[in-house]
Amino acid sequence: MNFPKGKLITIMGLSGCGKTTLLRLIGGALKPTKGYVKVDGEILHDLSQDGLYDMRRKMGMLFQFGALFTDMSVYDNVAFQMREHTDLPEELIHDLVLMKLNAVGLRGTHNLMPSELSGGMARRVALARTVALDPMLIMYDEPFAGLDPISLTVVGDLIRRLNDALGATSIIVTHDVQESLKIIDYVYFMANGVIVAEGTPDEIRASDRDFVHQFVHGEMDGPVPFHYPGGNYRQDLNLQA
Amino acid sequence: MPAAKAIRGIGHRTINAVWRIGMATRFFFLILAYSGSSFRRFHLIIKELFSTGVMSLIIIVVAGLFVGMVLGLQGYETLKRYGSESALGVMVALGLVRELGPVVAALLFASRAGSAMTAEIGLMKATEQLSAMEMMAVHPIARIVAPRFWAGIISMPLLAALFSAVGVFGGYFVGVVQIGVDEGSFWAQMQAAVDFEHDILNGVIKSFVFGTAVTVIALFEGYDAPPTAEGVSGATTRTVVTSSLAILMLDFILTAMMFGGS
Repeated sequence: MNFPKGKLITIMGLSGCGKTTLLRLIGGALKPTKGYVKVDGEILHDLSQDGLYDMRRKMGMLFQFGALFTDMSVYDNVAFQMREHTDLPEELIHDLVLMKLNAVGLRGTHNLMPSELSGGMARRVALARTVALDPMLIMYDEPFAGLDPISLTVVGDLIRRLNDALGATSIIVTHDVQESLKIIDYVYFMANGVIVAEGTPDEIRASDRDFVHQFVHGEMDGPVPFHYPGGNYRQDLNLQA
Repeated sequence: MPAAKAIRGIGHRTINAVWRIGMATRFFFLILAYSGSSFRRFHLIIKELFSTGVMSLIIIVVAGLFVGMVLGLQGYETLKRYGSESALGVMVALGLVRELGPVVAALLFASRAGSAMTAEIGLMKATEQLSAMEMMAVHPIARIVAPRFWAGIISMPLLAALFSAVGVFGGYFVGVVQIGVDEGSFWAQMQAAVDFEHDILNGVIKSFVFGTAVTVIALFEGYDAPPTAEGVSGATTRTVVTSSLAILMLDFILTAMMFGGS
């Protein structure tokens, strides 16, 4: 699996197929039992903790529900990494925070607490926090989950624009086929921990592979069964043959 | 075989308990290792001192007052039998400074501040805030855990001292103001009998040890909590139960070491 610089790539697949595990491997939160993860020329699991933390300063990750720090205001959330990792004066941090919030359309929320934000707004604040130090690699874990159609389009558009503005590489783990195919450059489909299909959005839409076709078009019938494997239904209901 | 199943269950619980003690010890040393970076963020320790120490003041003061008043009443009833009512001040002060102050304040601290620490850290884990922090190259033990640990260590002896001071006032109120024990002998005998090193310093050492135990248990339970509602609630309960038992067990050991046979 390759993620070239400047590209926006999606990893799709059914729940439990290993998408989030893959993101955790790329972020260095897990060590691979086989193979390796190389970021910016460095093999992650060969790095010391300090080396890994240095690498993480070049990465950003947007968690599924934002994971904003609930005891800090929106402003402090976005300023968090700047204060922790830089010696920038507070005046400059102030301007940077407002610029990051302005980029996601939420400059006016800087005094609010995370509990005062809607789900879509929290996701956008988390996005501003994720790109606070202009990372070279941005990972998104289900960025579209639970969003209304307007927020979904806004977040999708922001992900594309931020990636292009920063010249970063973005990896999106999502189930949302239609929204993600609008903004991405390449797709990997995963099932049971392995890649089962890959291609550009056009190739994926036109794919005649059963699994991809069923997933992209959201069809009930196909290689992915509706029922979780179980015993004999009649026996489970204690019915005679 | 029910017997084999029971033995297997005991073995499993024992291994689990030993494993958790090992993890908690490793966690304690990690806190110490990351304390340097938490002292560089001293404002965080001040913030936690407020939420663990200052916010526990009311419960400590009210409980201390009532415990002191009860000691005054019970002490008077007992001492009267031997015609030693004038030693009420000594009894109240020694009871509070040596035992009840550190122990009851630590039990209250575990219930109020310890459970809050566990719930807060457990919820931060459940909502991926700790993972987010780690992905931002900030170690949660340095940023979240160590400041709370030091705030707990600093708060506990101060709260225990306040508990004892208010308790003495409660004993004075009941013994001197209400019952009519001689005020002069109440204070004079207390001053003569309470030794700074033997009584007060040992009480401070006890509260320091209890504070360390309660804070480490509370922080470990929160950090180790399964990231679910049930997991956080179970961890909070375990904090209160384990801390309370640890306080009482440590109290016996410390009392035996400090006052046993003397």
